[in-house]
Amino acid sequence: MKKQSKQPGGKIILSLFLTFLKIGAFTFGGGYAMIALLENELVAKKGWIDREEFLNVAAIAESTPGPMAINSATYVGYRLGGFFGALASTLAVSLPSFVIIYLISLFFDRFLSLTYVGYAFRGIQAGVIYLIFSAAVKMLKTVEKKPLSVLLFLLPALALTVLTLFAVDFSSVYYILICGAVGLMAQGVRAAAKKAKKEEQP
Amino acid sequence: MILLSLFLTFLKIGAVSFGGGYGMISLIREEVLSHGWLAEDEFLNFIAVSESTPGPLAVNMATFIGSSQAGILGSAVATLGVILPSFLIILLIAAILQNLLKYAGVQAFLGGVRPCVVGLIFGTAITMALSSFLGLATVNSPLHADLWGIAIFLLLLLFGAVYKKVKKKSLSPIVIILISAGLGVVFYGI
Repeated sequence: MKKQSKQPGGKIILSLFLTFLKIGAFTFGGGYAMIALLENELVAKKGWIDREEFLNVAAIAESTPGPMAINSATYVGYRLGGFFGALASTLAVSLPSFVIIYLISLFFDRFLSLTYVGYAFRGIQAGVIYLIFSAAVKMLKTVEKKPLSVLLFLLPALALTVLTLFAVDFSSVYYILICGAVGLMAQGVRAAAKKAKKEEQP
Repeated sequence: MILLSLFLTFLKIGAVSFGGGYGMISLIREEVLSHGWLAEDEFLNFIAVSESTPGPLAVNMATFIGSSQAGILGSAVATLGVILPSFLIILLIAAILQNLLKYAGVQAFLGGVRPCVVGLIFGTAITMALSSFLGLATVNSPLHADLWGIAIFLLLLLFGAVYKKVKKKSLSPIVIILISAGLGVVFYGI
């Protein structure tokens, strides 16, 4: 990682803004597709950060809540240009989405009321459900094959389906917090067991 | 106070959407349906548009839903809301807590959250399929099968599997959306 200058100049901020504007405007498919583009732009072309640091950024962006594009923009922006670098990068990466989607939203209803567009979108609705299923299947492969992880996958899936069908309100926020807490407790138990074992064998 | 409601809702979504992309789909769906902002079919349309345009899914969805409820101000506050938690958390990590993710406790928490997010996406996909293909939003809804929708889903499943076998990679979301649009015109148009 290059040293962050004490007072980042306007030049680096402008450069960050333009780079992330480009990244925001050309990344289809979100998340992982973006990582490749980011690496090309930040490591290969600009040389702003080295590969190792980039992997670190990707890991942080992935483990924190929120879209990866936003997370990496904020992080890289801060490292290179302090608070205003972070602000400029984050704004820039969101701006193209915002403008494009806002313009589409103005015409979407009228577009949808065209008969054949309506038919197309009825088909697309089935396609989107397929997309979400395949995203879930792809992510399932990254879940560790440990009993606890499998349980923390199966129970929320089942509970969410059943509770929705019976119209019981239970926010996804709670599932996430409960599963996180279970992860913490499991670690506590493992640590305690390890300690007990150590004490047994002097 | 639709603006405040949009802002707070998307703030919540931004703060707990782990796993990127579809990680926030279950929460967004719950929120838009329970606020009565969108119906299931409109929500699916919005996802399709968000997937077919550049940029993160969460930002696209926030802008779209915000605009549908309260025009440009609505999209601005919803987008701001969904971005703000990321921005603050990352600033915190980059500026002060560079080792935050290395703490055993944080790793253990994330270790519990990761499989959970996948489970939530699965559960959401199942409830969407039941509601969209069979009319079963809840067990009390009258059964109303959308046979063409089911046919399109099964065709995509088949096509996706064959493509993967032959080309060794998955179909891109945009190709899937285009195929299903074509099938929709053919099936529902006749």
